[in-house]
Amino acid sequence: MSKKLAIIATKGTLDWAYPPFILASTAAALGYDVQVFCTFYGLQLLRKDTSCLKVSPLGNPGMPMKMPFGPKWFRDINWNIPNIIQAGIPGYESLATALMKQTIANNGVATIAELREMCQEAEVKFLACQMTVELFGFEHSDFIDGLDFVGAASFFEFAGETDICLYI
Amino acid sequence: MNFDKELDASGLNCPLPILRTKKALAELTAGQVLKVVATDPGSVKDMQAFAKQTGNELLSSAEAGGKYQFFMKKK
Repeated sequence: MSKKLAIIATKGTLDWAYPPFILASTAAALGYDVQVFCTFYGLQLLRKDTSCLKVSPLGNPGMPMKMPFGPKWFRDINWNIPNIIQAGIPGYESLATALMKQTIANNGVATIAELREMCQEAEVKFLACQMTVELFGFEHSDFIDGLDFVGAASFFEFAGETDICLYI
Repeated sequence: MNFDKELDASGLNCPLPILRTKKALAELTAGQVLKVVATDPGSVKDMQAFAKQTGNELLSSAEAGGKYQFFMKKK
């Protein structure tokens, strides 16, 4: 019998979208049975339009702010921009997101839509938390096909028998 | 070394080399050999781990000119 991995995905930003999809797709390639339960902000990972996923450097001292273009000395500069300035500039998040997407492309890292598609091809099962769908006012048609809209009990039916269970 | 199929995963980063390898192996029959070329330094350990966990045999793993070359025999 194959090993099982369950992931609870709770974050809805571009940076935090990566760990669940990378781990789920890799585990599936290794022969695991995988289910990902997307709840609260994690629901954003299942929307048809992935452009809703953005990254915010605000209040995130762990995030390097480097430019994905120009000569090497320029790319190596870490732009240490104070929170108060980040918070005050309109469109700062969109700018940071655009820069991060460019960095992702430069490094041969897959886009979220690509990784998600690879997960689905590899039969990773995505569960969407029905309660949060209603709480946030989403429609089932906002999401990609192939989802199960369920509650916590359905998740535990699978999670209770897994070898690995991760909360992300 | 003889091989039946070649996969160029140059420029791709984790987890793409592994996912593409898995996909390419699916198109081979048992005993056939897949050649994989990658530039991701993490792929050296990852290919070993992939082989160990899936039962496919990693026949060789070598580095030449900044590229990594693997030969994997399908289970």
